[in-house]
Amino acid sequence: MPSLTLLGQSVVSGLLAGGLYALLALGLSLSWGLLRLVNLSHFALALLGAYLTYQLGHAFHLAPWLAAGLIVPAFFALGVVLHVVFARFRVTEFTSLLVTFGLAVILESLIQWFWTADYRRYETPWASASIRVGPLFVPTLELLACLTAATLAVATWAWLRFTYVGKALRAAAEDPAMAGAFGVNHRAHAFVLSGISAAYAGVAGAFIALISTLAPAQIWAWLGTVFAVVIIGGLGNPVGALLAGFLIGVSESVTMAVAAPAWAPLVSFSILIGLLVLRPERV
Amino acid sequence: MRQAIGLLAAGLILAMLPLVGLPAFYESFLYLVFHWVALATSWSLLSGYAGYFSFGHGAFFGAGMYTVATLTAGLGAPFLAALPVAAVVATLLSVGIGAVVFRVKRLRGELFGLLTLAITFVLATIVLNTRLDGGPGVYLSNVPLPRLVASPTGTFYLLALGLAVLTLAAAYTITSSRLGLGLFAIHDDEDVAEVEGVPTFAYKLVAFALSAGIAGVAGGIHAMYVSYLTVPDTFSITVPLYVVLMSVLGGARHWLGPAVGAALITASLYAFTGGQQAILGRAVVAFVLILIVLLLPEGLVPAVLRRARGRRERAADVAVSPILAAAGARTEAPATLDCRDVWRAFGGIQALRGVSLSVAPGEIVALVGPNGSGKTTLINVISGHHAADRGRVELGAATLTGRPAHEIAGLGVSRTYQIPRPFAHFSALDNVALAATFGSARCAPAEARAEARAWLEFTGLGRRAAALPHELNLHERKFLELARALAGRPRVILLDEVLSGLNPGEIASAVHLIRQIRERGVAILFVEHLMRAVLELSDRVVVLNEGEVIAAGGPREAMRAARVIEVYLGKAHVA
Repeated sequence: MPSLTLLGQSVVSGLLAGGLYALLALGLSLSWGLLRLVNLSHFALALLGAYLTYQLGHAFHLAPWLAAGLIVPAFFALGVVLHVVFARFRVTEFTSLLVTFGLAVILESLIQWFWTADYRRYETPWASASIRVGPLFVPTLELLACLTAATLAVATWAWLRFTYVGKALRAAAEDPAMAGAFGVNHRAHAFVLSGISAAYAGVAGAFIALISTLAPAQIWAWLGTVFAVVIIGGLGNPVGALLAGFLIGVSESVTMAVAAPAWAPLVSFSILIGLLVLRPERV
Repeated sequence: MRQAIGLLAAGLILAMLPLVGLPAFYESFLYLVFHWVALATSWSLLSGYAGYFSFGHGAFFGAGMYTVATLTAGLGAPFLAALPVAAVVATLLSVGIGAVVFRVKRLRGELFGLLTLAITFVLATIVLNTRLDGGPGVYLSNVPLPRLVASPTGTFYLLALGLAVLTLAAAYTITSSRLGLGLFAIHDDEDVAEVEGVPTFAYKLVAFALSAGIAGVAGGIHAMYVSYLTVPDTFSITVPLYVVLMSVLGGARHWLGPAVGAALITASLYAFTGGQQAILGRAVVAFVLILIVLLLPEGLVPAVLRRARGRRERAADVAVSPILAAAGARTEAPATLDCRDVWRAFGGIQALRGVSLSVAPGEIVALVGPNGSGKTTLINVISGHHAADRGRVELGAATLTGRPAHEIAGLGVSRTYQIPRPFAHFSALDNVALAATFGSARCAPAEARAEARAWLEFTGLGRRAAALPHELNLHERKFLELARALAGRPRVILLDEVLSGLNPGEIASAVHLIRQIRERGVAILFVEHLMRAVLELSDRVVVLNEGEVIAAGGPREAMRAARVIEVYLGKAHVA
């Protein structure tokens, strides 16, 4: 049995890792829950954002937050364009999986073409900075990522809950035809949501560039875990995604501390299986 | 049949090639083609036919690769002895997953896809961190390769050819059998398939197991072919991406479609080899996938065949003669349907509160009541779509409650849906033939088609046999529901508002039909709002309100009961 300090440290790093999962899950959950589109290319977009942050910082010495300031609006536009294609060809929930799967592979190839398959590391002075709380260390950047995820999750929740566009989106997700009959312009709102979802991928990308080592194949590394987060959190539920991110992050990192690291990826998957078998109607 | 002989002949001729001395380059190229033919075709057995898209084919392929690697390089077993084990390991893996996942009733297709993809990564993690691999990869270069012919490339060629021919033969057999028919029905509407008598759980599991087993063997052979395995290469996204693409390109619902797609893609990928070109090649393949999904959703082979067939069938459309005498000649022994104290709640809503009723053979019982009174719920409970919370439903000596819907259909219970739910990709004839195959009639496929023709004639749809459901109007679709219900040779028919939305002429012919069905000794329970038809047709009427029987008896008496008038018209009208 590991010491209490080690356990405490693993809970902290689990919460922080969970914040990053939630950041990635947020956009995915929105487009799946409210647009009925499963966007596999979300991960590829996030990684593209990370590589762009890296490139802008590395080659042009642009600070990461400035880089993010360029990338996030650009990604918003990209998200809108993506939805134009989806709307034009009437892509369904199911075909969206295939189309975005193809898109993810194209983006992966693109990344590999420009940056090769070698590992890239964005060295910044903040990379090793951390705050000390008693015996525990909290890395500053990861804390920032976690706080950003929490802020975005709560803001998105409030937006969906209280604004007209948010309510219209939720109504249209339940029954597009009926919402349309009551004057909801679902198509216009869907473009905005698709843009926001892609913009969130950009935000996640900026943090990924700062926190982790980059390689093109990482697109697929998150997939299982983040989808588990999305499904456990409930589709289209931003706060649920945040909490599910924490749950998965902590359970993974505690597993690593208590058992062997090799078993960590099994945790999210077991929770997911459990949920699907016991509470299928929730998904 | 002609297709099966063609397949066998092609396999034999191709098997001769190494003997006449084909250059090693071509043998290697063709090895890859057959390798992908086997993988893509095996993928389509579940994912193409039943529509449960798996992104986890790489997991079964990888399981096969590492089984062979562990047994041969690790434990010194001979290669050919390790191959069947690879199949067994992959099959067991899929059965384990399927047994858990397919039990979940509401698991939608896209969740299945994500789940299988996640499984691939989990499996990769386990292999990477255990002694199966451990990180550095596994070499098979010291494992002796059995010599089927002189050259090693020729041996691989023959192994892959054999597997591809076997896989295609399996695909062909399945598509023309009950299993295939059932899987196609699951693709279109799984709930209805189950109610028509398709054992959906078992069929999905069998298809999944077969699909995974073949992928395991393909992986086992490929492990020897590449002779050096690493986890990132084995469990990469390549296998799931390519099998999906090949099948979608060729047509995942046709037995030959994935093979055609595999040949085309493998050939075009051969143009991009090595370094930067391989990256470009993958991007191009992914782009083609997107274009096909958007522009040609059904795939190449079905698109070509449909064009060719369209011409032939228009010429042959007239030669249908009614064989009514044959239809229903083998009616099952009549039996009484008995519901005793049936309860069912949905969350807090008590939809049925102790409903009891019985329908004797040759009797027509009308089930009436205001909207939301539990009429359709009762039909769903009898047909096994919903389980009863309490109470029993019996048919003759058999108890229906607690059985899965397909067994209930097999015992002779058929139903129609208020909003017709035909299988969208089945012609009218095939829709009815499916019911004849899986209902209590249990016809062989050829017999079922003859039977189906007769029932289409009976319901006046004989000339629409080749039409797809979306080409039929509402009245025709309602009658198609009726023909489908009859083709199962039921002892009980549950009719859920068959008359609603029909015009007076159509109603008259439907009423006439229902009378004829009764003549055959079938027990009929029909839900209807149309009072004229209720009074005209029914022997007895059962009135439901808020899940309770409030009146029962002869049609005129039941409808005049004070409670009934109160429920329909309010208290003031009770005089």
